[in-house]
Amino acid sequence: MMGCKTGGLLVAVALALLGTTALAQQANNPPAAQPAAAQPEALPPGSPLIGRPADNPAAAKLAPVPSPPLAIAADKIPVAQLKAPRGFHIELYASGMPNARSMAYSPKGTVFVGSRLQDKVYAITNKDGKRQVHVLVSGLYRPNGVAYKDGTLYIAELSQISKIENVDDKINASPKPVVIYNDLPKDEAHGWKYLAIGPDNKLYFEVGQPGNNVLHDKNHGQLRRINLDGSGAEVIAYGIRNTVGFDWNPRNHDLYFTDNGRDWLSEDLPNDKLNRITKVGEDFGEPYCHQGNVPDIDFGWGHKCSDYVPPVALMGPHAAALGMKFYTGHMFPAEYRDQIFVARHGSWNRTVKFGGDIALVRLNRDGSVKSVEPFITGFLQNNNYIGRPVDVMNMPDGSMLISDDWNGAVYRVSYGNKKTAAR
Amino acid sequence: MRRLLVCCLLLCAAAVPSAAQTVQQRLPVCLACHGANGQSQTEGVPSLGAQQKFYTTVQLLMFRERMRVADPMNEMAKGLSDDDLRSFADIIAKLPAPQPPSGPVDDARMARARVLVDQNRCNFCHTPTFAGQDNVPRIADQREEYLVKALRGYKDNSRHGYDASMADVVAPISDPQILDLAYYIARVK
Repeated sequence: MMGCKTGGLLVAVALALLGTTALAQQANNPPAAQPAAAQPEALPPGSPLIGRPADNPAAAKLAPVPSPPLAIAADKIPVAQLKAPRGFHIELYASGMPNARSMAYSPKGTVFVGSRLQDKVYAITNKDGKRQVHVLVSGLYRPNGVAYKDGTLYIAELSQISKIENVDDKINASPKPVVIYNDLPKDEAHGWKYLAIGPDNKLYFEVGQPGNNVLHDKNHGQLRRINLDGSGAEVIAYGIRNTVGFDWNPRNHDLYFTDNGRDWLSEDLPNDKLNRITKVGEDFGEPYCHQGNVPDIDFGWGHKCSDYVPPVALMGPHAAALGMKFYTGHMFPAEYRDQIFVARHGSWNRTVKFGGDIALVRLNRDGSVKSVEPFITGFLQNNNYIGRPVDVMNMPDGSMLISDDWNGAVYRVSYGNKKTAAR
Repeated sequence: MRRLLVCCLLLCAAAVPSAAQTVQQRLPVCLACHGANGQSQTEGVPSLGAQQKFYTTVQLLMFRERMRVADPMNEMAKGLSDDDLRSFADIIAKLPAPQPPSGPVDDARMARARVLVDQNRCNFCHTPTFAGQDNVPRIADQREEYLVKALRGYKDNSRHGYDASMADVVAPISDPQILDLAYYIARVK
C-alpha cells in the first residue's frame, strides 16, 4: 500500500532530481520561483499542528477538538438548546450514529449517513413515521461521502469510490460495496471526501491538499468528477485546500462549494470561502492566495491573488464551513427558496471559537452573494461545543435535515404550525 | 517468561468472555498481561497506567469494531457494551503511571532523541510531560518495544489511528529515528 509517506518521499525525490521548475509545472502553476519548495520540509506531513507558532501559550492551547466516540442517548442530545428564527422548529430526527457526517436521501424514505472517524455508513429508515437506525455497512475506511441516484448508493472512502445497487432492498443484508474508482492518493490529511451527483449525472468529489498548507503535486487540491460507472475522470477545479460541501444553484446551474482556509495564519485570517465555478478548470488559489486577497506568507511570493478566482463569500475565520445545499423545498417561507444553507462545523484554530451553526447565504439574482448570516445557532455554548453540524439536506416535504458528528445525530428543521410542519 | 505464561493461560481461560461478567470481574484478565500496577511486564503489551480515558475508550471501541486489528484485543473487546468501554477507561485511568526502566541511560542517545521530539513536535499534542490529553495517549515511560511497534505500525499504515494525526506525523520519521524516539520516551522522567 502506498501511504502518504511514500508519496511525500516520491515528491521529495522528484524535487531533488528535477528542481523547482519541474515541481511548479507539476503543480499546474506558472514556473515562478518557489524558495520554500526547494526543501522537502515544505511538503507533507499534514499534521494540524504543523505551522503552529513556537513558544506561544495561547496557540499552544489550540488543537482539533475531539468529538465523543460513542453513541449518545437520544434524551442526552441537547436539541432544546438549538435556536432557529421564529416559526421554525427543530426536532431530533434520529440518533445513535457516532460521528454522523454526510447525508443522502432515497425516495423510499431512507436517509443514508456516512462517517469520517468510524467505519460505518448508517441508514435511517422511515416507515409510517417510525424511524429506525441501521448499520448499512461496516469495515469501511473513513466513509465520509454518500450520494444516491436511481436505487444506487455511492460511497466515498479515503481513497476509493464504491457503489451498492438496489440499496433499498439491502438495508439489513450487509451489502458489499463494489469499487468503481480508486485512482486516488491515500493521504490521511484532507483525504476524506464529500460526494454529490451533479445535474450532468456525474459524481463529484474533492482531493484535498495533503496537509495544513502544502505545496503539493498535480493530484491534490482539486475537485474531480467521474461518470456513475467510475469512468471518465476529469479535474474540474484547482487551487482548493479542502472542500467538504458543494451543490448546484438551481437557477444558474453553477457549482458552489465551500473551502476551508489554512490554520495558524492568525486568529482572524484567513476566512473560509464560498466559491462558485463558472467554467471547468478554474483555479481558486490555494495554497498561494487565501480568501481572494491574502497572499500566503510562505507560498504567496511570486504569485498575485488577482491570478485566481476569488470567493463569492467569506464564511468566517477557521469556521470549517462544510456541507451546503440550496433550499429547494416549499415548506419554508419564499424568501428562503434557492438560498444556501451551510453547516459551519466550527473552529478549533481560534481562541474564541467561531461557527458551530447553520449559516444562511442569501443570493442576488445574478448568483452573487448578498449576505451571510447565522440561521440555526446554539451548537457553541460558552466557547464549548455541545454539537457540531456537518451537512444539510432537503427533504421532499420541504423540511431540512442537519447532521451532527458530535452527538451522532440528525435533526429535522420544519416551519409553520404543527400541521404544516408534521412529516 | 513465567509472567508471559501466566498471561497466556489467563487469556486461554478467558477466551470466551462472558457477557454476564462485570467489568471488575473481567479486569484481572486484562491486567494479567497489561500489569496490575499499571505497568506491563509483558513484551509487546503496553502499560496502561494513568492512560487518558478518552483514548482508552476510543481504542476499545476500535478493537470491538475491528477498526484496529490486534490479537487478542479484538476477541477480548467483542460484545462489550459502550458502558463497559467507559468503565474500563475509568478504571485504567486510575492505575498508577508506569515508571521508566532502571539501569544506565545513554545520555547521548537521549539528547539525540530530544532533538527529534522537538523537530516532530511530539510534545505539542502529547504535552511536554507526555501524559497526553483527550484522544492523545499518555506515552511517557511506555514499554520501549511497544512504542517502536506502534510507530512502525502508523508508518506502514498497518495501524490506523482514530484520526489521521499519527499517520501524518510519522511520515518523515525514519526507522533509526523511531528507535531513538522510543528509547527516549520509554525513559522520560
